[in-house]
This record gives sequence, structure tokens and C-alpha cells, in this order.
Amino acid sequence: MTLLSTRGLSKHFDGLVAVDDVDFDLPQGEVRALIGPNGAGKTTLVGMICGRIEPSSGTIHFGGRDISRLPAHRRIMAGMAYTFQITSVFQGLPVRENVALAARRHKRGPDAVEEALARVGLEGRIDQEAGDLSYGHQRLLEIAMGLVQVPRLLILDEPTQGLSEGEIADFKALVRALAGETTILLIEHNMSVVMELADRVTVLNFGSVLAEGTPAQVRGDAHVQAAYLGTG
Amino acid sequence: MSRGARIWALHGGLIALLFALQFVLPAYHHGNLARIMVLASYAIGYNILFGYTGLLSLGHALFFAAGMYGMGLSVQHLGLSPAPALLIGIAAGAVVSLALALLALRTTGVAFMIVTLMFAQAGYLAILYFGKYTRGDEGFVIQTAERVLWGVDLSDPTNRYFAALALFAVCLLLSLRLVRRPFGRTLVAIRENEARVTMLGYDTWAHKLGAMVISGTISAAAGAFYGVLFGYVGASFAAVPYSILPLLYVLLGGAGTILGPFVGTLFMFYLIDLSSGITTAHMLIAGVVLVLLTLFAPQGLVGTLRARVFRWLP
Repeated sequence: MTLLSTRGLSKHFDGLVAVDDVDFDLPQGEVRALIGPNGAGKTTLVGMICGRIEPSSGTIHFGGRDISRLPAHRRIMAGMAYTFQITSVFQGLPVRENVALAARRHKRGPDAVEEALARVGLEGRIDQEAGDLSYGHQRLLEIAMGLVQVPRLLILDEPTQGLSEGEIADFKALVRALAGETTILLIEHNMSVVMELADRVTVLNFGSVLAEGTPAQVRGDAHVQAAYLGTG
Repeated sequence: MSRGARIWALHGGLIALLFALQFVLPAYHHGNLARIMVLASYAIGYNILFGYTGLLSLGHALFFAAGMYGMGLSVQHLGLSPAPALLIGIAAGAVVSLALALLALRTTGVAFMIVTLMFAQAGYLAILYFGKYTRGDEGFVIQTAERVLWGVDLSDPTNRYFAALALFAVCLLLSLRLVRRPFGRTLVAIRENEARVTMLGYDTWAHKLGAMVISGTISAAAGAFYGVLFGYVGASFAAVPYSILPLLYVLLGGAGTILGPFVGTLFMFYLIDLSSGITTAHMLIAGVVLVLLTLFAPQGLVGTLRARVFRWLP
């Protein structure tokens, strides 16, 4: 079953075409990576999917419903969770309150908060202020805020950016454990993360889908190699 | 003692202390404190929008005046007794703040400040324009006979003090309860990072609307009580200084703290009172003290105490 699909989705910023006529389908239960060179339109595409950016044209269906006109908070309530590219936790609030804010809207209590924090390994820091956490821990807190919502679709925008090797290994293990439970859309630059975790990979270049396939197929694709090497 | 018990003990203790002070204070300070408690209630209302939600309004005098004139005009022209007149004043504040919120919340940041300032000015000018009913700049006096609430004469200093304390206690406990409940905690999160709150599934616009109506209604209640307790309704209460005052009180006391508005009002009131006893250039002294405070306690008096010593303060 297709959980998420877009048809003819485009975004123009004045003259600049950031995303151009994208048809994108994501089946339920899949771990999909979205890759592409800087400026390829990944964050714009995902921004339109979760309602942060209004599309210039095109439609978005989620769980069989047309959500093209829904405001962002209603899409979240429909079962999307979004973790920010630039760490965007509530710096001045305790770790527990950060996750509780995410949980409360979905009618989940203190147990769910502790469970989500335990899954990312932050249970020992539950009463610290989020701003006092290391950068890597703040990224994990972002992910816990996504997990606690038990989303149908978890969108992770460059989750491993700025993490150490050890933290990336932990992140991979976490996503593998989640893979059976929910659908994941992963925007990622780190190729080892993409190759190991994704069931399928979508490559964006200049706002269009350049290639789509298994990690091995995409890695062997001449167009993709050209785009990444900048000779295309 | 648990955090919750400590919090209730502290705030209940303050109300009990203010109650006890009525029996020992000399007449002059007794009168001052009644006025401070009403103004602090106004600041509590302001703090909900500014301190907890992070929206800086420069037009709260509109809500204060809506309460004051809603009450005053219904006494003056409809001949109502204080109880229904106060209710009309509070309702007027709720309606006006809802209307302004619907317009002003389409903007953010500096634009929000300008829109609220402009509408408050429009309100002030409307009071002058309809001088036939409002007596414009001159204002009007609420006669002693019209200030009897359920047989209690509110022009009597003791009764006035208790009425001010009742208003203050209700506003204080209401704001304390608000910020400890999920709605209030979401407001704090909006202040910290609104985009993130949206992406957790909250309708931040509706939350800000609610905060503005609660804030405006409390401010209007303070305005309505001010008119009844001190017997005067005038256009100066709708002018710019009365929009700036609650901002100063809250900044001095500590934005986003429950006790901050009271502490800030008390401090500012006595700062002006004492410095005007020394020189006619009293605003100069007040100004220097305010500059020093912003330099050395930028989070306000209670805010600094919370950051340094009492982490559990709400």
C-alpha cells in the first residue's frame, strides 16, 4: 500500500525552480533515502510534504487522503513526524518536557516519554536542560521527539549531520530497529548510512527525480555518478 | 517538600502576608499597596502574553481601558451597580482582545508591536472623539454612592484594600494554574520555538489567540477594578504610557515568572515614590536605577533569582 504520494509537485521561488514536477511514491513500511547534491531541492520537497512550504502546484496524498491543503499541524496529527535539519529542540526546557510536548498532542503519557528517551539512550539525562546537552545528544533528542508520536511516517532531515562515528553507528542500529514498525523518509548525505539503511533510494538533482532504485542500482547509475561528481 | 507544595506555599504565603499587612501598614502605604495590587494584576495579564507566550504588545492600554470604560460607562449611563458593571467591563475586555487578536496575530515581531500600538492609539482617540459620552480627557468620577458592592462601600480604604487583594489573588492563582497546565506549557514552548511547536502538531495560532484573550481579559479586569476602587475613569489610562507601564513592571520583575509582575510593580511604584521625595527630577533617578537593573539583572528581579538560586520558581 502506498502511504505517501505526490503528483506534479513543484515549487518556484520567483524565477528559481527549486522542485520541478515531482511524482514520488512511498510504500508503507519502507525505509526510503532521499539524496542529491546541495541545492537539489530535498529540503524543499520534504517541506512541502509536511506542510512547512506551500507548493506552487501539485498534490500530496497521505494514507489515501488528499492533504495538499492541510496546514502543517494537521498533517502532523494525521501521522507524520518531522525532525529538523538544524537542531530545533526547546533549549530552555528540560529534556523530559521536550519529549512530553511531542507526546501530549498524541495523548501519550509519561511512560511513553521515558520509553522514547530510553530508545535513543538519553534516559539518564531526562531532567537536564536540553540546551546543556551535547550536539549529538540534541540530535538524538530530536529523534526521540519524533518516536514518541508513534508516527506512520517518520521524516528525518539529515539526522547524522555533525554526529561522531560512534553516534552514527548507534543511529544506524536505532533505525534498523524501527524499520519494521514505521515508514521512514531519510534525507541523508552520509553514503554509508544510506547504503546500509535504505530499502530504496530516490536521487534528486536540480529539483527533479534523477534516479530511483535499490542502493546498489543507484550507486551503479551513470547519471547519479555524474551529478555527484559535477560533470553532468 | 515537593515542588508543587513549595509553589503553593510560596504564593499562598504571599497572599496571606498581603492580607496581614492590611492590619499593620500606615495609611499612606496601605493606600499605595491597594493601588499596586490592582496594577500588578494588570501586569499579570500582560505577562501571560509577553512573558509566557513571547508576544510583545505595545497596546495593552486598550484592554485596560476597555475594562475601565466598559465598567464606567455602564455605571454612568445605564445606572448599573458595581457587580454587573464590573462584569460588563471584563466582557468588554474579552471582546476587544479577541477582535484585536484576530487582526494582530496575522503579524509577528515588530509588525505585531506596531499593530497593537496603533489600535491602542485608535482606542484612545475614539475615547476623545466620543467625548459626549466619555467626557474625553477630563474623564468622570464614579460617585461614592455608586461604589457600593453587595453592601460593601469600596471607597472605604479597608474595603478597597481587600477588594484589590481579592482581584490580585484571583489573577495570581489563575496565572499560576494556567502556566502549570498543558495549555500554558505549550505557550512557553511557542515562546521558545514556534516552528517546532507547529511541527509537533499544535495549532500555534489558536494557542496565541487564547493567550491574547486571557491576557486582555485579565488586563480589563484590572482596569475595571481600578475605576471602581479609585472612583475615576479617564482617557489617560488609554494612552501610550499605560501600555508601556506593564511592560516595564514585567521586565523589572521578571518576564515569564509568576511573581515577577507583582515584584516589578512594587519596585517601580516605590522607586518613583521615593525618588520624587528627593528631587523633582525623579524620573532621572528612576531611569538610572532601571538602567542598572537591566545591566546587572537582565532577567528581572525574580527572573535572576530563579536563574541563580530558586530553580523551582514557576
